Amino acid sequence: MERLFNTILIGVSGGSIYSLMALALVLVWRSTRVVNFAQAGQAILSTYIGYEVITHTDNYWLAFPIALVAGALTGALIDILMVRTLMKRAHSGPVAGIAPVIATLGLLGLIRAIVGMIWGGDLRQFKLPVSNHGFTFGHNTIPFAPINLLIVVTTVVVMLIFSVIFQRTNLGLSLRASAYQPEIARLAGIRVDLTRTIGWAFAGAAGAVAGMLVTPTNYLSPNSLDLLLVSGFVAAVIGGLESLVGAAVGGLILGISLALVLEYISSSLAFPVAFVVLIAVLLVKPSGLIGAKRTRHA
Amino acid sequence: MSGLVISELNISHGAIRAVNDLSFTVKPGELAAVIGSNGAGKTTLLRTLSGLKSAHSGSVEWNGQSILRKKPEDLVRSGIVHVSDGKSVIPELTVKENLALGGIWRKDKKDVALATAEAIELFPRLGERMQQSADTLSGGERQMLAIGRALIARPKLLLLDEPSLGLAPLVIDQIFQAIKALRDRHNLTVVLVEQNAMGALRIADIGIIINLGKLVASGPAHELIDNPSLRAAYLGY
Repeated sequence: MERLFNTILIGVSGGSIYSLMALALVLVWRSTRVVNFAQAGQAILSTYIGYEVITHTDNYWLAFPIALVAGALTGALIDILMVRTLMKRAHSGPVAGIAPVIATLGLLGLIRAIVGMIWGGDLRQFKLPVSNHGFTFGHNTIPFAPINLLIVVTTVVVMLIFSVIFQRTNLGLSLRASAYQPEIARLAGIRVDLTRTIGWAFAGAAGAVAGMLVTPTNYLSPNSLDLLLVSGFVAAVIGGLESLVGAAVGGLILGISLALVLEYISSSLAFPVAFVVLIAVLLVKPSGLIGAKRTRHA
Repeated sequence: MSGLVISELNISHGAIRAVNDLSFTVKPGELAAVIGSNGAGKTTLLRTLSGLKSAHSGSVEWNGQSILRKKPEDLVRSGIVHVSDGKSVIPELTVKENLALGGIWRKDKKDVALATAEAIELFPRLGERMQQSADTLSGGERQMLAIGRALIARPKLLLLDEPSLGLAPLVIDQIFQAIKALRDRHNLTVVLVEQNAMGALRIADIGIIINLGKLVASGPAHELIDNPSLRAAYLGY
């Protein structure tokens, strides 16, 4: 029983990071209907910028907001410089759906190459911002450590901030309206292009947070977040691709499933299990667990 | 010249000329009904007036300023508000949120509150359904919501695309009376595009009849209603 509980706790911590990545993908999907493969690149670039700040100042807590802002700026720039133009040039027909997606795939390669040129391909490591030794109760030390707590708490805070923005502010209303019905939003006087760019910026920030949280317990290399991109996609699709709640739930389902398989079956199964979960959810509920409702919420 | 002045306007739809050398004028405070059958180019015309579509040639001026090649969101901010067809509300949002959308960009929040109250006064049904999702509204209620949202922008020129489409006769009457009341109260200039010729011409000051993108007839609405040759060919009653 205790083993099960500990495993779930670790699953929640891992799942939180998937949720953040899923959130980043959902925000872009909702605002521009683009499946953004470049998200892993954006996150890795932001994380390297965070790494650079840490090596110079030895301060993770300073690096964190800087990486976040870098992620937001990168996201906004990609939308302004690439996605907006692509959508104007290829606005109808089959190419309109596929061109931006392929472009983001190209961009992922480009960003990774640039990161590789600047920082090289060596594996690097962050100094841990908090301990990774499990909490101790009496004589009992559990696997769940302060670093895991940091991950979970940060994710909850990020999710809460986004929920408040989406549900309680005019910016959130503009974001939702532009996502659901861009033409009607435009006719209501909303600057849809600007609103979409803000969506990309938010997504970039969420991806940067995921990168800054996952890297301390991992290592950093130009493609160290690629697997996280896959997990993020799986989590986002489980959650129905449309909602913040879906991203959170999808991440947790995936995180807990993976932790259970790792603990009870085999560590070599982690990658296939992610896809088994994805296919199982799609077979049972193709619109995702949260996406089937007529009325969508943020 | 003030009001809406359209001259020699040509709009293409791919290879098709959807609007062909169209010219007409709507004076400030006038309610103009643009009548024509399906495919006459009415919707294309409105989409061009509101900036959603670009014109091939010709000019459109509102109070002496060209409005072609401007973005829809900028035109809304200068008082030209388009209520598109298909009951232009966002079903995923609540009634309250749909209304709020109309005033997000406005600085004068006091007047937004006042305009919202006026819209609810005009369509009390909206007030009863504020927290409901717009998805649950009937066709007539959606039209009320779409017009209500447009009013919150404090329009000077209101462009309405087939507000009667798919509604029951009693509801159509209610919507048309509301449009007329709005014009009278706020001295709006209104371009009302309709297939329901009789209903629209009854509340309009002037009528513009188009067919296959070309002007067929224009003049005071009551004269068009009484014209026997137009009746048979275009007005359908």
